[in-house]
Amino acid sequence: MPLSKEEIKHIAKLARLDLTDAELEKYGGQLSDVLNYIDQLKEVEVKGVEPTAQVTGQENVLREDKIEDWNEKEIEEALTDAPEKEDRFIKVKRVIE
Amino acid sequence: MNLNQLTIKQASQKMAAGEITSVELTKACLERIKEVDGKIKACLTVCEKEALAEAKQADERRASGASGDLLGIPCLAKDNILTRGVKTTAASKILENYIAPYDATIIKKLRQAGAVLLGKTNLDEFAHGASTENSAFGPTHNPHDLERVSGGSSGGSAAAVAADMCIFALGTDTGGSIRQPASFCGAVGLKPTYGRSSRFGLIAMTSSTDVPGPLTKTVADASLVLSAIAGVDKNDATTVMAPLADFDKPADLAGVTIGLPKEYFIAGTDKGVTQVVEKAIADFKKLGVKFKEVSLPHTKYVVPVYYIITPSEISSNLSRFDGIKYGLSIQSDGAKADLMSIYTKSRGRGFGPEAKRRIMLGTYALSAGYYDAYYLKAQKVRTKIKQEMDEALEQVDCLLTPTAPHAAFKIGQQSNDPLKMYLEDIFVAGASLAGLPAISLPAGFDNELPVGLQLIGKRFAEATLFRIGHGYEQATEWHLKKAKINN
Repeated sequence: MPLSKEEIKHIAKLARLDLTDAELEKYGGQLSDVLNYIDQLKEVEVKGVEPTAQVTGQENVLREDKIEDWNEKEIEEALTDAPEKEDRFIKVKRVIE
Repeated sequence: MNLNQLTIKQASQKMAAGEITSVELTKACLERIKEVDGKIKACLTVCEKEALAEAKQADERRASGASGDLLGIPCLAKDNILTRGVKTTAASKILENYIAPYDATIIKKLRQAGAVLLGKTNLDEFAHGASTENSAFGPTHNPHDLERVSGGSSGGSAAAVAADMCIFALGTDTGGSIRQPASFCGAVGLKPTYGRSSRFGLIAMTSSTDVPGPLTKTVADASLVLSAIAGVDKNDATTVMAPLADFDKPADLAGVTIGLPKEYFIAGTDKGVTQVVEKAIADFKKLGVKFKEVSLPHTKYVVPVYYIITPSEISSNLSRFDGIKYGLSIQSDGAKADLMSIYTKSRGRGFGPEAKRRIMLGTYALSAGYYDAYYLKAQKVRTKIKQEMDEALEQVDCLLTPTAPHAAFKIGQQSNDPLKMYLEDIFVAGASLAGLPAISLPAGFDNELPVGLQLIGKRFAEATLFRIGHGYEQATEWHLKKAKINN
Protein backbone atom coordinates (compact mmCIF):
# COMPACT_ATOMS: atom_id res chain seq x y z
CA MET A 1 0.00 0.00 0.00
CA PRO A 2 1.65 3.24 -1.08
CA LEU A 3 2.05 5.78 1.71
CA SER A 4 0.23 9.08 1.25
CA LYS A 5 2.05 12.39 1.50
CA GLU A 6 0.22 13.04 4.76
CA GLU A 7 1.42 9.75 6.22
CA ILE A 8 5.03 10.49 5.21
CA LYS A 9 4.80 13.95 6.77
CA HIS A 10 3.43 12.41 9.96
CA ILE A 11 6.25 9.85 10.12
CA ALA A 12 8.82 12.57 9.47
CA LYS A 13 7.41 14.58 12.35
CA LEU A 14 7.49 11.58 14.70
CA ALA A 15 11.08 10.97 13.64
CA ARG A 16 11.93 14.65 14.11
CA LEU A 17 13.19 14.97 10.54
CA ASP A 18 12.84 18.15 8.51
CA LEU A 19 12.37 17.02 4.90
CA THR A 20 12.15 19.09 1.74
CA ASP A 21 9.21 18.56 -0.62
CA ALA A 22 11.49 16.71 -3.02
CA GLU A 23 12.65 14.42 -0.21
CA LEU A 24 9.08 13.76 0.93
CA GLU A 25 8.21 12.69 -2.61
CA LYS A 26 11.31 10.55 -3.14
CA TYR A 27 11.34 8.80 0.23
CA GLY A 28 7.59 8.26 0.09
CA GLY A 29 7.95 6.23 -3.08
CA GLN A 30 10.98 4.30 -1.84
CA LEU A 31 9.39 3.55 1.53
CA SER A 32 6.25 2.28 -0.16
CA ASP A 33 8.35 -0.06 -2.30
CA VAL A 34 10.12 -1.45 0.75
CA LEU A 35 6.87 -1.90 2.68
CA ASN A 36 5.40 -3.75 -0.28
CA TYR A 37 8.35 -6.09 -0.31
CA ILE A 38 8.12 -6.65 3.44
CA ASP A 39 4.43 -7.50 3.15
CA GLN A 40 5.31 -11.09 2.24
CA LEU A 41 5.78 -11.73 5.96
CA LYS A 42 1.97 -11.96 6.09
CA GLU A 43 2.31 -15.49 4.66
CA VAL A 44 4.29 -16.86 7.57
CA GLU A 45 2.49 -18.93 10.18
CA VAL A 46 3.67 -17.88 13.62
CA LYS A 47 1.05 -19.27 15.98
CA GLY A 48 2.61 -20.10 19.31
CA VAL A 49 6.00 -18.67 18.32
CA GLU A 50 7.72 -16.40 20.82
CA PRO A 51 9.31 -13.24 19.46
CA THR A 52 13.13 -13.18 19.68
CA ALA A 53 14.04 -10.78 22.46
CA GLN A 54 17.71 -11.69 22.34
CA VAL A 55 19.72 -14.46 20.78
CA THR A 56 22.10 -15.66 23.48
CA GLY A 57 19.70 -16.93 26.13
CA GLN A 58 20.99 -14.60 28.81
CA GLU A 59 18.94 -13.71 31.88
CA ASN A 60 19.00 -10.71 34.16
CA VAL A 61 22.56 -9.41 33.93
CA LEU A 62 22.66 -7.15 36.99
CA ARG A 63 25.10 -4.91 38.77
CA GLU A 64 25.27 -3.14 42.13
CA ASP A 65 23.35 0.12 42.22
CA LYS A 66 26.51 2.10 42.91
CA ILE A 67 27.52 5.40 41.36
CA GLU A 68 30.74 5.29 39.38
CA ASP A 69 31.90 8.82 38.67
CA TRP A 70 33.53 9.80 35.42
CA ASN A 71 36.94 11.34 35.90
CA GLU A 72 37.32 15.11 35.52
CA LYS A 73 39.17 14.88 32.21
CA GLU A 74 36.50 12.68 30.64
CA ILE A 75 33.82 15.11 31.78
CA GLU A 76 35.68 18.01 30.18
CA GLU A 77 36.13 16.12 26.93
CA ALA A 78 32.49 15.13 26.78
CA LEU A 79 31.33 18.69 27.46
CA THR A 80 33.61 20.00 24.71
CA ASP A 81 31.33 18.45 22.11
CA ALA A 82 28.19 20.20 23.39
CA PRO A 83 26.86 22.94 21.09
CA GLU A 84 25.45 25.23 23.81
CA LYS A 85 26.81 25.32 27.32
CA GLU A 86 26.56 27.35 30.48
CA ASP A 87 29.10 26.50 33.16
CA ARG A 88 28.89 22.74 33.65
CA PHE A 89 25.45 22.47 32.05
CA ILE A 90 24.38 21.74 28.51
CA LYS A 91 21.83 24.33 27.42
CA VAL A 92 18.52 23.30 25.90
CA LYS A 93 15.75 25.45 24.50
CA ARG A 94 12.57 25.82 26.52
CA VAL A 95 10.84 22.45 26.68
CA ILE A 96 7.46 23.52 28.08
CA GLU A 97 5.80 26.54 26.52
CA MET B 1 58.19 -8.01 0.48
CA ASN B 2 57.39 -4.60 1.95
CA LEU B 3 56.76 -4.57 5.67
CA ASN B 4 53.15 -3.40 5.24
CA GLN B 5 52.45 -6.58 3.28
CA LEU B 6 53.14 -8.81 6.27
CA THR B 7 50.47 -10.67 8.18
CA ILE B 8 50.09 -10.28 11.96
CA LYS B 9 51.83 -13.61 12.49
CA GLN B 10 54.74 -12.76 10.22
CA ALA B 11 55.20 -9.25 11.63
CA SER B 12 54.95 -10.48 15.19
CA GLN B 13 57.58 -13.16 14.59
CA LYS B 14 59.95 -10.67 12.97
CA MET B 15 59.56 -8.20 15.83
CA ALA B 16 60.10 -10.94 18.42
CA ALA B 17 63.26 -11.97 16.56
CA GLY B 18 64.47 -8.37 16.55
CA GLU B 19 64.48 -8.18 12.75
CA ILE B 20 62.08 -5.25 12.52
CA THR B 21 60.56 -2.69 14.87
CA SER B 22 57.01 -1.49 15.28
CA VAL B 23 58.13 1.98 14.19
CA GLU B 24 59.43 0.56 10.89
CA LEU B 25 56.24 -1.43 10.41
CA THR B 26 54.08 1.58 11.20
CA LYS B 27 56.09 3.82 8.87
CA ALA B 28 55.65 1.29 6.05
CA CYS B 29 51.87 1.32 6.54
CA LEU B 30 51.74 5.11 6.68
CA GLU B 31 53.81 5.25 3.47
CA ARG B 32 51.45 2.83 1.77
CA ILE B 33 48.45 4.90 2.83
CA LYS B 34 50.09 7.98 1.28
CA GLU B 35 50.88 5.98 -1.84
CA VAL B 36 47.45 4.54 -2.65
CA ASP B 37 44.73 6.01 -0.51
CA GLY B 38 44.30 9.01 -2.77
CA LYS B 39 42.73 6.57 -5.25
CA ILE B 40 41.12 4.10 -2.87
CA LYS B 41 39.84 6.49 -0.19
CA ALA B 42 39.66 3.92 2.57
CA CYS B 43 40.74 6.24 5.38
CA LEU B 44 38.73 9.12 6.85
CA THR B 45 41.34 10.03 9.46
CA VAL B 46 45.03 9.13 9.63
CA CYS B 47 46.74 9.60 13.00
CA GLU B 48 50.34 9.75 11.84
CA LYS B 49 51.92 11.39 14.89
CA GLU B 50 49.94 9.38 17.42
CA ALA B 51 50.61 6.11 15.58
CA LEU B 52 54.36 6.67 15.51
CA ALA B 53 54.29 7.51 19.22
CA GLU B 54 52.32 4.34 19.96
CA ALA B 55 54.74 2.31 17.83
CA LYS B 56 57.69 3.72 19.74
CA GLN B 57 55.95 2.80 23.00
CA ALA B 58 55.33 -0.72 21.74
CA ASP B 59 59.02 -1.12 20.89
CA GLU B 60 59.94 0.14 24.37
CA ARG B 61 57.51 -2.27 26.01
CA ARG B 62 59.05 -5.12 24.01
CA ALA B 63 62.54 -4.02 25.00
CA SER B 64 61.57 -4.27 28.68
CA GLY B 65 60.30 -7.79 28.24
CA ALA B 66 56.68 -7.44 27.08
CA SER B 67 55.42 -9.72 24.34
CA GLY B 68 52.15 -10.62 22.64
CA ASP B 69 50.71 -11.36 19.25
CA LEU B 70 49.45 -7.83 18.67
CA LEU B 71 52.25 -5.87 20.33
CA GLY B 72 53.32 -3.18 17.88
CA ILE B 73 50.97 -4.28 15.11
CA PRO B 74 49.46 -1.33 13.14
CA CYS B 75 45.72 -1.43 12.47
CA LEU B 76 42.82 0.71 11.26
CA ALA B 77 39.39 0.95 12.89
CA LYS B 78 36.01 1.55 11.24
CA ASP B 79 34.85 5.06 11.99
CA ASN B 80 31.77 3.96 13.95
CA ILE B 81 34.02 2.74 16.74
CA LEU B 82 34.84 5.35 19.37
CA THR B 83 38.53 6.20 19.74
CA ARG B 84 39.34 8.72 22.45
CA GLY B 85 40.66 12.05 21.24
CA VAL B 86 40.24 11.04 17.61
CA LYS B 87 37.45 12.21 15.31
CA THR B 88 34.73 9.57 15.07
CA THR B 89 32.19 10.45 12.43
CA ALA B 90 30.21 7.30 11.50
CA ALA B 91 30.76 8.77 7.97
CA SER B 92 27.96 11.22 8.72
CA LYS B 93 27.70 15.00 8.51
CA ILE B 94 25.88 14.93 11.84
CA LEU B 95 29.13 13.83 13.50
CA GLU B 96 31.56 15.47 11.10
CA ASN B 97 33.57 17.14 13.86
CA TYR B 98 32.79 14.87 16.78
CA ILE B 99 35.80 13.91 18.89
CA ALA B 100 35.17 10.75 20.90
CA PRO B 101 35.59 11.31 24.66
CA TYR B 102 36.35 7.66 25.39
CA ASP B 103 37.67 4.47 23.83
CA ALA B 104 35.37 1.62 22.90
CA THR B 105 36.11 -1.45 25.00
CA ILE B 106 37.55 -3.30 22.00
CA ILE B 107 39.88 -0.35 21.31
CA LYS B 108 40.94 -0.34 24.96
CA LYS B 109 41.74 -4.04 24.69
CA LEU B 110 43.75 -3.57 21.51
CA ARG B 111 45.71 -0.74 23.11
CA GLN B 112 46.43 -2.92 26.13
CA ALA B 113 47.71 -5.59 23.77
CA GLY B 114 50.00 -2.96 22.23
CA ALA B 115 48.36 -2.59 18.82
CA VAL B 116 49.02 0.71 17.03
CA LEU B 117 46.04 2.70 15.71
CA LEU B 118 46.86 4.16 12.28
CA GLY B 119 43.50 5.87 11.84
CA LYS B 120 39.80 5.42 11.04
CA THR B 121 38.20 3.97 7.96
CA ASN B 122 35.29 4.88 5.73
CA LEU B 123 31.90 3.21 5.96
CA ASP B 124 28.33 3.59 4.82
CA GLU B 125 26.87 6.32 7.03
CA PHE B 126 26.02 4.80 10.43
CA ALA B 127 26.78 1.41 8.86
CA HIS B 128 23.64 1.61 6.72
CA GLY B 129 24.56 0.01 3.45
CA ALA B 130 26.36 -2.64 1.45
CA SER B 131 28.70 -0.60 -0.72
CA THR B 132 30.17 2.32 1.30
CA GLU B 133 28.43 4.61 -1.23
CA ASN B 134 26.24 5.96 1.57
CA SER B 135 29.23 7.61 3.24
CA ALA B 136 28.74 11.37 3.51
CA PHE B 137 32.40 11.71 2.51
CA GLY B 138 32.43 9.72 -0.74
CA PRO B 139 32.74 6.00 -1.52
CA THR B 140 35.75 3.76 -1.05
CA HIS B 141 37.08 2.28 -4.28
CA ASN B 142 37.83 -1.42 -4.64
CA PRO B 143 41.61 -2.03 -4.82
CA HIS B 144 41.01 -4.72 -7.48
CA ASP B 145 39.12 -2.32 -9.75
CA LEU B 146 38.94 1.32 -8.77
CA GLU B 147 35.66 1.83 -10.65
CA ARG B 148 33.91 -0.65 -8.39
CA VAL B 149 32.66 -0.53 -4.85
CA SER B 150 34.54 -2.05 -1.97
CA GLY B 151 31.34 -3.43 -0.46
CA GLY B 152 29.86 -2.25 2.81
CA SER B 153 29.35 -1.11 5.30
CA SER B 154 32.96 -1.83 6.42
CA GLY B 155 34.23 -1.00 2.92
CA GLY B 156 37.09 1.18 4.11
CA SER B 157 38.46 -1.49 6.45
CA ALA B 158 38.18 -4.23 3.81
CA ALA B 159 39.87 -2.15 1.10
CA ALA B 160 42.63 -1.07 3.48
CA VAL B 161 43.47 -4.69 4.40
CA ALA B 162 43.33 -5.79 0.76
CA ALA B 163 45.65 -2.95 -0.25
CA ASP B 164 48.06 -3.61 2.65
CA MET B 165 47.50 -0.16 4.18
CA CYS B 166 47.48 -1.85 7.57
CA ILE B 167 48.19 -5.28 9.02
CA PHE B 168 44.58 -5.76 10.12
CA ALA B 169 41.43 -3.72 10.55
CA LEU B 170 38.34 -3.64 12.71
CA GLY B 171 34.86 -3.58 11.30
CA THR B 172 31.31 -4.11 12.54
CA ASP B 173 28.83 -6.61 11.15
CA THR B 174 25.12 -6.12 11.63
CA GLY B 175 23.71 -7.84 8.55
CA GLY B 176 26.85 -8.73 6.61
CA SER B 177 28.90 -5.57 6.92
CA ILE B 178 32.23 -7.31 7.57
CA ARG B 179 31.68 -10.39 5.43
CA GLN B 180 30.37 -8.81 2.23
CA PRO B 181 33.14 -6.19 1.85
CA ALA B 182 35.68 -8.90 2.74
CA SER B 183 34.25 -10.93 -0.14
CA PHE B 184 34.33 -7.98 -2.55
CA CYS B 185 37.92 -7.04 -1.65
CA GLY B 186 39.51 -10.46 -1.18
CA ALA B 187 40.09 -10.31 2.57
CA VAL B 188 39.13 -12.58 5.46
CA GLY B 189 36.20 -11.13 7.41
CA LEU B 190 34.79 -12.60 10.60
CA LYS B 191 31.46 -11.83 12.23
CA PRO B 192 31.86 -13.30 15.72
CA THR B 193 28.95 -14.77 17.66
CA TYR B 194 26.65 -12.08 19.06
CA GLY B 195 27.87 -11.45 22.60
CA ARG B 196 31.45 -12.58 21.94
CA SER B 197 32.90 -9.08 22.04
CA SER B 198 31.70 -5.87 23.60
CA ARG B 199 29.62 -3.30 21.76
CA PHE B 200 30.44 -0.62 24.33
CA GLY B 201 31.77 2.34 22.40
CA LEU B 202 30.33 1.22 19.07
CA ILE B 203 27.94 3.73 17.55
CA ALA B 204 24.84 1.58 17.82
CA MET B 205 22.89 0.55 14.77
CA THR B 206 20.86 -2.62 15.34
CA SER B 207 21.54 -3.48 18.94
CA SER B 208 20.26 -7.03 18.63
CA THR B 209 22.63 -8.00 15.81
CA ASP B 210 25.63 -5.57 15.87
CA VAL B 211 28.96 -7.34 16.39
CA PRO B 212 32.49 -5.90 16.09
CA GLY B 213 35.03 -8.14 14.35
CA PRO B 214 38.31 -8.40 12.43
CA LEU B 215 39.20 -8.02 8.76
CA THR B 216 42.54 -9.69 8.11
CA LYS B 217 44.79 -11.18 5.46
CA THR B 218 44.62 -14.73 6.84
CA VAL B 219 42.37 -16.89 8.98
CA ALA B 220 45.08 -17.35 11.62
CA ASP B 221 45.32 -13.55 11.93
CA ALA B 222 41.55 -13.30 12.45
CA SER B 223 41.80 -15.67 15.39
CA LEU B 224 44.58 -13.56 16.94
CA VAL B 225 42.47 -10.40 16.75
CA LEU B 226 39.37 -12.16 18.07
CA SER B 227 41.32 -13.43 21.08
CA ALA B 228 42.29 -9.85 21.86
CA ILE B 229 38.86 -8.26 21.55
CA ALA B 230 36.66 -11.03 22.92
CA GLY B 231 35.40 -11.11 26.47
CA VAL B 232 32.71 -10.17 28.94
CA ASP B 233 32.39 -6.43 29.55
CA LYS B 234 30.40 -5.03 32.45
CA ASN B 235 29.51 -2.10 30.21
CA ASP B 236 27.76 -4.42 27.72
CA ALA B 237 25.24 -6.69 29.35
CA THR B 238 24.86 -8.76 26.20
CA THR B 239 28.42 -10.08 26.35
CA VAL B 240 28.66 -13.70 27.30
CA MET B 241 31.19 -15.73 29.24
CA ALA B 242 32.08 -18.32 26.59
CA PRO B 243 35.45 -19.95 26.26
CA LEU B 244 37.26 -19.29 23.02
CA ALA B 245 38.58 -22.72 22.17
CA ASP B 246 42.14 -22.98 20.98
CA PHE B 247 42.43 -22.87 17.26
CA ASP B 248 44.38 -26.02 16.63
CA LYS B 249 45.58 -26.48 13.11
CA PRO B 250 45.44 -30.07 11.98
CA ALA B 251 46.70 -30.52 8.46
CA ASP B 252 43.66 -32.40 7.25
CA LEU B 253 39.96 -31.86 7.63
CA ALA B 254 38.93 -35.52 7.41
CA GLY B 255 35.88 -36.12 9.54
CA VAL B 256 34.45 -32.64 9.01
CA THR B 257 30.90 -32.47 7.68
CA ILE B 258 29.67 -29.26 6.07
CA GLY B 259 26.02 -28.51 5.38
CA LEU B 260 24.85 -26.93 2.13
CA PRO B 261 21.54 -25.14 2.72
CA LYS B 262 19.71 -25.57 -0.55
CA GLU B 263 17.86 -22.27 -0.29
CA TYR B 264 21.23 -20.45 -0.54
CA PHE B 265 22.04 -22.01 -3.91
CA ILE B 266 19.48 -20.36 -6.11
CA ALA B 267 19.05 -18.71 -9.46
CA GLY B 268 19.97 -15.07 -9.21
CA THR B 269 23.53 -15.78 -8.06
CA ASP B 270 26.08 -14.86 -10.74
CA LYS B 271 27.49 -17.79 -12.69
CA GLY B 272 31.04 -16.72 -11.78
CA VAL B 273 30.22 -16.94 -8.06
CA THR B 274 28.51 -20.32 -8.43
CA GLN B 275 31.56 -21.69 -10.25
CA VAL B 276 33.92 -20.45 -7.53
CA VAL B 277 31.81 -22.03 -4.80
CA GLU B 278 31.46 -25.33 -6.71
CA LYS B 279 35.24 -25.49 -7.09
CA ALA B 280 35.64 -24.72 -3.39
CA ILE B 281 33.33 -27.62 -2.54
CA ALA B 282 35.44 -29.89 -4.75
CA ASP B 283 38.61 -28.63 -3.02
CA PHE B 284 37.10 -29.29 0.39
CA LYS B 285 36.20 -32.82 -0.70
CA LYS B 286 39.84 -33.40 -1.64
CA LEU B 287 40.72 -32.43 1.92
CA GLY B 288 38.43 -35.15 3.25
CA VAL B 289 35.37 -33.04 4.01
CA LYS B 290 31.91 -34.57 3.61
CA PHE B 291 28.92 -32.54 2.49
CA LYS B 292 25.28 -32.84 3.44
CA GLU B 293 22.30 -31.07 1.96
CA VAL B 294 20.22 -29.27 4.57
CA SER B 295 17.16 -27.09 4.27
CA LEU B 296 16.38 -23.69 5.81
CA PRO B 297 12.83 -23.13 4.54
CA HIS B 298 12.41 -19.61 5.99
CA THR B 299 15.46 -18.24 4.15
CA LYS B 300 13.30 -16.20 1.77
CA TYR B 301 12.03 -14.19 4.72
CA VAL B 302 15.48 -13.29 6.06
CA VAL B 303 15.77 -9.99 4.18
CA PRO B 304 12.21 -8.76 4.92
CA VAL B 305 12.62 -9.67 8.60
CA TYR B 306 16.00 -7.97 8.73
CA TYR B 307 14.62 -4.84 7.09
CA ILE B 308 11.90 -4.43 9.66
CA ILE B 309 13.99 -5.17 12.73
CA THR B 310 16.99 -3.17 11.61
CA PRO B 311 15.22 0.11 10.78
CA SER B 312 13.12 -0.21 13.94
CA GLU B 313 16.17 -0.48 16.16
CA ILE B 314 17.95 2.19 14.10
CA SER B 315 15.08 4.64 14.57
CA SER B 316 15.50 4.22 18.29
CA ASN B 317 19.30 4.29 18.35
CA LEU B 318 19.63 7.34 16.13
CA SER B 319 17.23 9.41 18.18
CA ARG B 320 20.16 10.43 20.37
CA PHE B 321 21.48 12.58 17.51
CA ASP B 322 19.33 15.59 18.25
CA GLY B 323 21.64 18.59 18.10
CA ILE B 324 21.63 18.99 21.88
CA LYS B 325 24.54 17.12 23.46
CA TYR B 326 26.95 16.75 20.54
CA GLY B 327 27.15 16.72 16.80
CA LEU B 328 25.64 19.01 14.21
CA SER B 329 23.34 21.53 15.82
CA ILE B 330 21.24 23.98 13.82
CA GLN B 331 20.38 26.42 16.59
CA SER B 332 18.53 29.00 14.54
CA ASP B 333 17.64 29.15 10.92
CA GLY B 334 15.86 32.41 10.16
CA ALA B 335 12.47 31.11 11.22
CA LYS B 336 11.66 30.41 14.84
CA ALA B 337 14.35 28.65 16.82
CA ASP B 338 12.62 26.37 19.26
CA LEU B 339 13.39 22.88 20.53
CA MET B 340 11.45 21.14 17.76
CA SER B 341 13.24 23.05 15.04
CA ILE B 342 16.67 22.24 16.49
CA TYR B 343 15.71 18.58 16.38
CA THR B 344 14.18 18.53 12.92
CA LYS B 345 16.74 20.78 11.23
CA SER B 346 19.84 19.26 12.80
CA ARG B 347 18.62 15.78 11.88
CA GLY B 348 17.22 16.83 8.52
CA ARG B 349 20.53 18.40 7.47
CA GLY B 350 22.87 16.06 9.29
CA PHE B 351 21.56 12.65 8.20
CA GLY B 352 22.04 11.28 4.68
CA PRO B 353 19.21 9.77 2.60
CA GLU B 354 19.66 6.14 3.66
CA ALA B 355 19.78 7.02 7.35
CA LYS B 356 16.59 9.03 6.93
CA ARG B 357 14.87 6.25 5.00
CA ARG B 358 15.69 3.71 7.68
CA ILE B 359 14.68 6.01 10.52
CA MET B 360 11.33 6.58 8.85
CA LEU B 361 10.79 2.92 8.04
CA GLY B 362 11.50 2.06 11.66
CA THR B 363 9.36 4.86 13.03
CA TYR B 364 6.47 3.63 10.90
CA ALA B 365 6.96 -0.03 11.84
CA LEU B 366 6.99 0.82 15.54
CA SER B 367 4.21 3.37 15.52
CA ALA B 368 0.83 2.84 17.11
CA GLY B 369 -1.29 0.50 15.07
CA TYR B 370 1.62 -0.98 13.17
CA TYR B 371 3.86 -2.48 15.87
CA ASP B 372 2.09 -5.86 15.93
CA ALA B 373 1.86 -6.22 12.18
CA TYR B 374 5.46 -5.35 11.55
CA TYR B 375 7.98 -5.43 14.41
CA LEU B 376 6.35 -8.12 16.52
CA LYS B 377 5.64 -10.30 13.49
CA ALA B 378 9.22 -9.90 12.27
CA GLN B 379 10.62 -10.94 15.66
CA LYS B 380 8.46 -14.07 15.59
CA VAL B 381 9.59 -15.01 12.08
CA ARG B 382 13.12 -14.31 13.32
CA THR B 383 12.62 -17.00 15.98
CA LYS B 384 11.77 -19.49 13.24
CA ILE B 385 14.79 -18.48 11.18
CA LYS B 386 17.03 -18.88 14.24
CA GLN B 387 15.53 -22.23 15.22
CA GLU B 388 15.94 -23.81 11.84
CA MET B 389 19.58 -22.64 11.58
CA ASP B 390 20.32 -24.06 15.03
CA GLU B 391 18.65 -27.33 14.07
CA ALA B 392 20.56 -27.62 10.79
CA LEU B 393 23.81 -27.00 12.66
CA GLU B 394 23.11 -29.93 14.97
CA GLN B 395 23.71 -32.23 12.02
CA VAL B 396 26.91 -30.70 10.67
CA ASP B 397 30.06 -28.83 11.77
CA CYS B 398 29.20 -25.69 9.83
CA LEU B 399 27.26 -24.46 6.82
CA LEU B 400 28.80 -23.27 3.55
CA THR B 401 27.23 -20.66 1.28
CA PRO B 402 28.37 -17.95 -1.12
CA THR B 403 28.96 -14.69 0.78
CA ALA B 404 27.33 -12.49 -1.87
CA PRO B 405 25.30 -13.17 -5.01
CA HIS B 406 27.93 -11.45 -7.16
CA ALA B 407 31.34 -9.81 -7.13
CA ALA B 408 31.81 -6.06 -6.67
CA PHE B 409 29.50 -3.93 -8.82
CA LYS B 410 30.36 -0.59 -10.36
CA ILE B 411 30.11 2.56 -8.25
CA GLY B 412 26.72 4.16 -8.90
CA GLN B 413 25.20 1.06 -10.48
CA GLN B 414 22.74 0.30 -7.67
CA SER B 415 22.59 3.48 -5.66
CA ASN B 416 19.20 4.57 -6.95
CA ASP B 417 17.48 1.43 -5.85
CA PRO B 418 17.46 0.99 -2.05
CA LEU B 419 15.55 -2.28 -2.27
CA LYS B 420 18.12 -3.81 -4.65
CA MET B 421 20.83 -2.79 -2.21
CA TYR B 422 18.99 -4.57 0.61
CA LEU B 423 19.15 -7.80 -1.39
CA GLU B 424 22.96 -7.72 -1.10
CA ASP B 425 22.37 -9.12 2.37
CA ILE B 426 20.53 -12.18 1.16
CA PHE B 427 23.16 -14.73 2.21
CA VAL B 428 24.61 -12.93 5.20
CA ALA B 429 21.69 -11.54 7.20
CA GLY B 430 20.46 -14.97 8.35
CA ALA B 431 23.50 -15.61 10.56
CA SER B 432 23.10 -12.09 11.97
CA LEU B 433 19.47 -12.64 12.93
CA ALA B 434 20.38 -15.92 14.59
CA GLY B 435 23.47 -14.44 16.30
CA LEU B 436 25.74 -17.13 14.84
CA PRO B 437 29.42 -16.72 13.97
CA ALA B 438 30.24 -16.54 10.27
CA ILE B 439 33.40 -15.97 8.27
CA SER B 440 34.00 -14.96 4.65
CA LEU B 441 37.12 -16.42 3.03
CA PRO B 442 38.72 -15.53 -0.30
CA ALA B 443 37.67 -18.40 -2.58
CA GLY B 444 38.61 -17.29 -6.06
CA PHE B 445 37.87 -14.70 -8.69
CA ASP B 446 35.16 -13.85 -11.20
CA ASN B 447 36.63 -11.82 -14.06
CA GLU B 448 39.51 -10.84 -11.77
CA LEU B 449 37.16 -9.66 -9.02
CA PRO B 450 37.38 -11.44 -5.65
CA VAL B 451 34.66 -13.87 -4.63
CA GLY B 452 34.23 -14.97 -1.03
CA LEU B 453 32.67 -18.06 0.45
CA GLN B 454 30.90 -18.01 3.78
CA LEU B 455 31.07 -20.54 6.59
CA ILE B 456 28.41 -20.26 9.32
CA GLY B 457 29.13 -21.95 12.63
CA LYS B 458 27.40 -22.99 15.82
CA ARG B 459 27.03 -20.38 18.55
CA PHE B 460 30.48 -19.53 20.06
CA ALA B 461 32.24 -22.08 17.83
CA GLU B 462 34.55 -19.61 16.04
CA ALA B 463 37.41 -22.07 16.58
CA THR B 464 35.67 -24.53 14.25
CA LEU B 465 35.34 -21.85 11.58
CA PHE B 466 39.02 -21.00 11.98
CA ARG B 467 40.06 -24.62 11.75
CA ILE B 468 38.05 -25.33 8.61
CA GLY B 469 38.83 -21.95 7.05
CA HIS B 470 42.54 -22.27 7.72
CA GLY B 471 42.62 -25.73 6.16
CA TYR B 472 40.97 -24.41 3.01
CA GLU B 473 43.16 -21.33 2.91
CA GLN B 474 46.42 -23.26 3.18
CA ALA B 475 45.32 -25.70 0.47
CA THR B 476 44.21 -23.09 -2.03
CA GLU B 477 46.20 -19.87 -1.35
CA TRP B 478 43.60 -17.44 -2.80
CA HIS B 479 44.56 -15.02 -0.04
CA LEU B 480 48.01 -14.60 -1.62
CA LYS B 481 46.59 -13.16 -4.85
CA LYS B 482 46.91 -9.47 -4.09
CA ALA B 483 45.27 -6.52 -5.78
CA LYS B 484 47.22 -4.72 -8.47
CA ILE B 485 46.14 -1.18 -7.89
CA ASN B 486 45.67 0.19 -11.37
CA ASN B 487 46.26 3.79 -12.23
